[in-house]
Amino acid sequence: MDFQDYQGVWVFIEEKDGAVASVSLELLGAGRKLADKRGVELAGVIIGEHIKHLSKTIFEYGADIAYVYDDPIFKNYRTESYMKALLDCSAKHKPEIILYGATSTGKDLASAVATDLPTGLTADTTELDVEEDTGLLLASRPAFGGNIMATILCKKYRPQMATVRAKVMKALPPEPGREGRIVEESILLREEDIRTKVLEIVKETTKKVRIDEADIIVAGGKGLGSAEGFQLVHQLAETLGGAVGASRDVVEAGWIEHAHQIGQTGVTVTPKIYIALGISGAIQHIVGMKNSGLIIAINNDPEAPIFESCHYGIVGDAFEIVPMLIEQLSEVMSREGVSHV
Amino acid sequence: MLHIVACIKQVPDTKVIKMNPKTNTMDRRTAPAILNPYDAHAVEEAVRLRERYGGKVSVLTMGPPPAVKAIKKCIEIGADEGYLITDRRFAGADTLATSYALTKALNKISKENPVDLIICGKMSIDGDTGQVGPGIARRLDIPPLTSVNKVVEINKEEKKAIVHRKLEDGYEVVQSTLPCLFSVEKTINEVPYAPFPNMLKAAKYNPYIWSVDDLEDVDIKQLGLKGSPTIVSKVWAPPKPEGGTMLEGNRQEQVEQLLSILLKKKELFTIKGES
Ligand SMILES: Cc1cc2nc3c(=O)[nH]c(=O)nc-3n(C[C@H](O)[C@H](O)[C@H](O)COP(=O)(O)OP(=O)(O)OC[C@H]3O[C@@H](n4cnc5c(N)ncnc54)[C@H](O)[C@@H]3O)c2cc1C
Ligand SMILES: Nc1ncnc2c1ncn2[C@@H]1O[C@H](COP(=O)(O)O)[C@@H](O)[C@H]1O
Repeated sequence: MDFQDYQGVWVFIEEKDGAVASVSLELLGAGRKLADKRGVELAGVIIGEHIKHLSKTIFEYGADIAYVYDDPIFKNYRTESYMKALLDCSAKHKPEIILYGATSTGKDLASAVATDLPTGLTADTTELDVEEDTGLLLASRPAFGGNIMATILCKKYRPQMATVRAKVMKALPPEPGREGRIVEESILLREEDIRTKVLEIVKETTKKVRIDEADIIVAGGKGLGSAEGFQLVHQLAETLGGAVGASRDVVEAGWIEHAHQIGQTGVTVTPKIYIALGISGAIQHIVGMKNSGLIIAINNDPEAPIFESCHYGIVGDAFEIVPMLIEQLSEVMSREGVSHV
Repeated sequence: MLHIVACIKQVPDTKVIKMNPKTNTMDRRTAPAILNPYDAHAVEEAVRLRERYGGKVSVLTMGPPPAVKAIKKCIEIGADEGYLITDRRFAGADTLATSYALTKALNKISKENPVDLIICGKMSIDGDTGQVGPGIARRLDIPPLTSVNKVVEINKEEKKAIVHRKLEDGYEVVQSTLPCLFSVEKTINEVPYAPFPNMLKAAKYNPYIWSVDDLEDVDIKQLGLKGSPTIVSKVWAPPKPEGGTMLEGNRQEQVEQLLSILLKKKELFTIKGES
């Protein structure tokens, strides 16, 4: 394998509701830095049906090239069809690095592609860097339940691949009108060659809160004692018009569904305000919320690690403090006419 | 009659793991070895499918000899047979080398009794990647179905399987040809306490134990550390965060400070508000 043949940084672009998924925009931001350091081009690979227009967005967010596979066969994500497209693209254009969002689709695709290439794949990366001269990707991730960080290398194979957690990298501010090169690609794939069929897609957005999109999150931990105690979180969230988050222990206790879990094995969130009630602040929780704008913690243990990760903390009983806060907040809000619609 | 193989792994319980702060390695003695929690759900689902359609559940693991204990745990859940592949030459495998070794073992198991379905856990809590399952599927050239949280139907005669795959905002119903591989979510089932007869069976059970030499067509270069493209170059403790300002004073004063901090951002409270 001649490493000289492999050049450029790629991002697998995911589509969401007709637009580029935010995780892909974040990866373009991260990929841009790697590409600049290496002095190479940044490309996005877009696979789907009627998706050519997404090229415009990825150029604005930093890509130089868009490889586009636009075909009805790619209407729904399927491992086999998408994998074949990506393998085709990789064989033709030989990138040095391919990044995927650590989403269910990104992980699924990357695992399959890595096996077929074959190459190394680092999962759930939270830090990315590249060696300027060798092009070696330094992909770092929490390991052993977040107890340590590890940097993973893939020295002998190209391309190097990593899946990257959402909300960890930063998208660049879009540059309207920034242009790039569109490369239209295609492969011969017949429906009969694909062994899976998507029969139906069921959206559950209506009732499920998307905590990863909330501006304000009130999160509760095991310290609230019981499912009844956890209502305190709902009350404060309601007062502020925020979403409800939880630690894993709370989810395991069955006080709330997994969709609300924040952290390494839950959702990563970056709200403008994050309020933690009765959460100890284990590293696995912190990795999921540390990039929030304003972090406030209330915990009765002055030694709780959460106080090392917050902007403001109060040592005390949440059941004493929060009702006082709710009362005063409601008062101010009704006086000043702040209301939820 | 279905032959289902669940791939399972024995892992250190990362919840109670202690790290050596000097070397940043884990102190394995402090970490009890358990059956990877996700894999318990994989075995449970295999057992339920056997109950629904008839057949046999085998479990397969690659690991050091004490991994027999994890196999016994699976027998308690209801598996019929267990296979351990263990050999120094497997050691240090990343996901690519792991899926290679497991595929060789699956080929051997399949020779005796063709495998219809392979079930993996969503991820292992030590490896934490979820890559081994799809890796096995690609190597066997069968469809990988990840994020499975419900099995609607398995039809061996028609060679098809229908499942729900969990998506970020809902789920999709997917049909696949059989054989195929599922990686299952934890939410797919609940693992009940083991029935007493299974416990008795597990206590006495001895799994098949194979070394590299028991497997066929093995390219030694693709095993273990040698066969692993990824290497861990450096480990370090996550940086300690700075710590914030503690709000002092009596309760009322603390709450007032907090209130004024929050009110600085009160435009966020109004969802649609005035405009
Ligand atoms: C592989 C792995 C993955 C994990 N993933 C996640 C994850 O994604 N998300 C996650 O959150 N965790 C995760 N964990 C678990 C994590 O390690 C912690 O166990 C968990 O976050 C602790 O939850 P907690 O803070 O609610 O509970 P505890 O640690 O029990 O903390 C409760 C806190 O409440 C305080 N308290 C008690 N009473 C009151 C009161 N009246 N008022 C105020 N404070 C009070 C206590 O002082 C204590 O600090 C993971 C663990 C592992 C091993
Ligand atoms: N050593 C192993 N032996 C058997 N199965 C494994 C092994 N490692 C991983 N698996 C399976 O692959 C799944 C994903 O593991 P991982 O890719 O390590 O996160 C696990 O839940 C198991 O079902």
